[in-house]
Amino acid sequence: MKLDPRIPGGPLADKWTRFKANARLVNPSNKRKYEVIVVGTGLAGASAAASLAELGYRVKSFCFQDSPRRAHSIAAQGGINAAKNYQNDGDSVHRLFHDTIKGGDFRSREANVHRLAEVSVNIIDQCVAQGVPFAREYGGMLANRSFGGAQVSRTFYARGATGQQLLLGAYSALSRQIGLGRVRMFPRHEMLDLVVDEGRAQGIITRNLVTGELKAHEADAVLLCTGGYGNAYYLSTYARGSNVTATWRAHRRGALFSNPCFTQIHPTCIPVSGDYQSKLTLMSESLRNDGRCWVPKVSGDKRSASQIPEGERDYFLERLYPSYGNLAPRDIASRAAKRVCDEGRGVGPSGLGVYLDFAEAIERLGESTVRERYANLFSMYHEITGESAYESPMRIFPAVHYTMGGLWVDYHLMSNIPGLFVLGEANFSDHGANRLGASALMQGLADGYFVLPYTIGDYLSQKKPGGAKSGRQAEAFWEATESVQARTKKLLSVKGSRPVSDFHRRLGKILWDQCGMSRTKQGLQKGIDAVRELRKEFWENVNVPGSGEDLNQSLEKAGRVSDFLELGELMCRDALERDESCGCHFREEHQTSDGECERKDKEFSHVSAWEYQGEGKAEVRHAEPLSFEEVQLATRSYK
Amino acid sequence: MKLNLRIWRQKSKDSEGQFETYEADGLTPDMSFLEMLDVVNDRLTKEGKEPVAFEHDCREGICGSCAMAINGEPHGPNQGATTCQVYLRSFQDGETLTVEPWRARAFPVIKDLVADRSGFDSIIQAGGFVSVNTGQAPDANAIPIGKEVAEQAFDAAHCIGCGACVAACRNGSAMLFVAAKVSHLGLLPQGQPERAERVRKMVAAMDAAGFGNCSNQYACEAVCPKEISADWIGRMNRDYAVSAAKKV
Repeated sequence: MKLDPRIPGGPLADKWTRFKANARLVNPSNKRKYEVIVVGTGLAGASAAASLAELGYRVKSFCFQDSPRRAHSIAAQGGINAAKNYQNDGDSVHRLFHDTIKGGDFRSREANVHRLAEVSVNIIDQCVAQGVPFAREYGGMLANRSFGGAQVSRTFYARGATGQQLLLGAYSALSRQIGLGRVRMFPRHEMLDLVVDEGRAQGIITRNLVTGELKAHEADAVLLCTGGYGNAYYLSTYARGSNVTATWRAHRRGALFSNPCFTQIHPTCIPVSGDYQSKLTLMSESLRNDGRCWVPKVSGDKRSASQIPEGERDYFLERLYPSYGNLAPRDIASRAAKRVCDEGRGVGPSGLGVYLDFAEAIERLGESTVRERYANLFSMYHEITGESAYESPMRIFPAVHYTMGGLWVDYHLMSNIPGLFVLGEANFSDHGANRLGASALMQGLADGYFVLPYTIGDYLSQKKPGGAKSGRQAEAFWEATESVQARTKKLLSVKGSRPVSDFHRRLGKILWDQCGMSRTKQGLQKGIDAVRELRKEFWENVNVPGSGEDLNQSLEKAGRVSDFLELGELMCRDALERDESCGCHFREEHQTSDGECERKDKEFSHVSAWEYQGEGKAEVRHAEPLSFEEVQLATRSYK
Repeated sequence: MKLNLRIWRQKSKDSEGQFETYEADGLTPDMSFLEMLDVVNDRLTKEGKEPVAFEHDCREGICGSCAMAINGEPHGPNQGATTCQVYLRSFQDGETLTVEPWRARAFPVIKDLVADRSGFDSIIQAGGFVSVNTGQAPDANAIPIGKEVAEQAFDAAHCIGCGACVAACRNGSAMLFVAAKVSHLGLLPQGQPERAERVRKMVAAMDAAGFGNCSNQYACEAVCPKEISADWIGRMNRDYAVSAAKKV
């Protein structure tokens, strides 16, 4: 299969302008004849649904939560990047582009990333106009902070709840369109299949989570804005409901899945405390502006933090990466933390933790300034651990946080199935093998507000709206509904002895051990076998109580876990086939003498794109080569 | 650690509910309240019974999904915390806890501990926004906003829409929720053009959704997990009066 990314010609910095100048348009009075389905109401979904409705398209928006305001973008803490250069510290579109490409260890598409950096500035304008209360300086101008992988301050923030404020902004724009009758909103609806006919996406099948009713929805285009798949690991910073079902079911219908092994492990999360644990809580990267990471110099030092004198502490990030220090990118900081813990220098009861210390910041800035900057994070930490980070250092450890992989899309954000577009974390496109902090919010809103509204017109203008439904097409909807029904029935009829959570937990452990922060050929092969075995056991022994005709949370979970059990195998296979180290993907076989990633650009300077072959059959791997015109491929260094 | 739970079970919107008693054993104080419910649910599943339906998502106090009263208190005993942020160290070993869904006319129970809070969405849809289309915005620094004003707007905007304020109110009023949004936008220059119209429309939608009125008891403020101040209600009443007068 030849993958055409449809990147416009011309110099990199002009591509997006040229695309916009030449994109085909839909006449304003014709827009209302087109219906667009948007699945998911996070930053990407809500912003896309609102923007499309503003343009005049008819929009149907779906979310599984009880309200579109609850999508997991809401939990993003630290901030959103934009190349505004308000700080006069040397930022530019080119620098943001370059930082992002380098941060992703040269495994993303130059043209997409440059466009992202270009539109980043519009996002901040749009959000401020909506009333997003970003942090301000005394003179009334917007404030910025620094995030990992950058030497400029370009991160805009609203205390420790930036995602919440941005999402509520997008939600308010969406709500306005719902109120105006231009968006029809379907909360508590889960997409369970994609309908493809005559090679195009024609609609979706949803389940009403309250009544169990299955319904087919037709449309001229389908947008999946359904987030990432990090919950495959069971324990993560994701919301409990975050899942891969929408994108995975589209994958089963032919959409290619790219780079599934690129999963971000965030360095600063609260460590695991027990087997019953259901979720890991992030402590925002913004804390590394002022917090310093350290462990004792000698292994087995069990003294409490305050008893360890300055000279016996190892501020390992500052030592290893002096030019970026505590603001080294996430993959690098996580691996460094893992390494010191592997050496027996980890802190806390489990030994799986490092200190994030604010003593120096409190001395330098005063407690009140530290409180002003991070109060809600410190209080979250206190609620969970019962400890005060004003008095003793936080204990943190890496945890699964984001997935760079996702459905393959071209420059138009369209998958290989015409009419199926994928936005935000659900696609693979902009972050390569590692995402920089504060760039997820940027990408979600860029895709929804400023990219998709342009690219979708180019597609729709070439397609007749709606149109008479052919007999064959009706059959495709009928077939998809039947298959969803059959799967639901199958899940309910196993009546085994183990609850869904039991399988999910075991899958998470396999993936964390074999496809986590460091990976080996042998381990990945072991992982594939273990996932297959677990999947088999799931279909023989899962217990899903209740019926399909009402609110049944066990059934919802079972469907999602059944998809994770298929995806998990693909994650391991992708990691196995990518026989190099890059960004988050650290293959122990390929490392430099000081333990850094060793890329193999000749063989792996490409995006993997997996094609589904049917249940239980090995997927076929395709590749989209990455060509770099602007940046020089180099060993990524933050030293 | 052990707890006795009296949990509200209700099959569907139209069926009658009742309390059922469950014993939860082998708990630890570091467990969250919702993790304890997970354990209970896994046990019920193994026993062939239907688990307790409850809403939860982010489990870090920001999505606003979790919504239950513990011993009559919305979100349980902790100040400034959602249900998911309650840990068992807040309870005594052997204690009996009564767990209920939000109780309010405008929040009908759908199943067990799950209530329908879509009334909140309808209020926002009526006017809880600034009417600005994508692409129309001027440069973000074009309009300076004082640090203090931005901070105040954030305080109001931090509402997570969980509905605890309604559940705590004897009148089932949504005044704190509405006032928070009206004030967030009313404080900012961007919110001025629609300020008068916004408050009128949102209050009308609140009434239409079946929420009651405010009788100044401020139970809402006491249970709000984001500690949103009831002072915003006064501010909204002033805005409403001005708006109504303008209309006349």
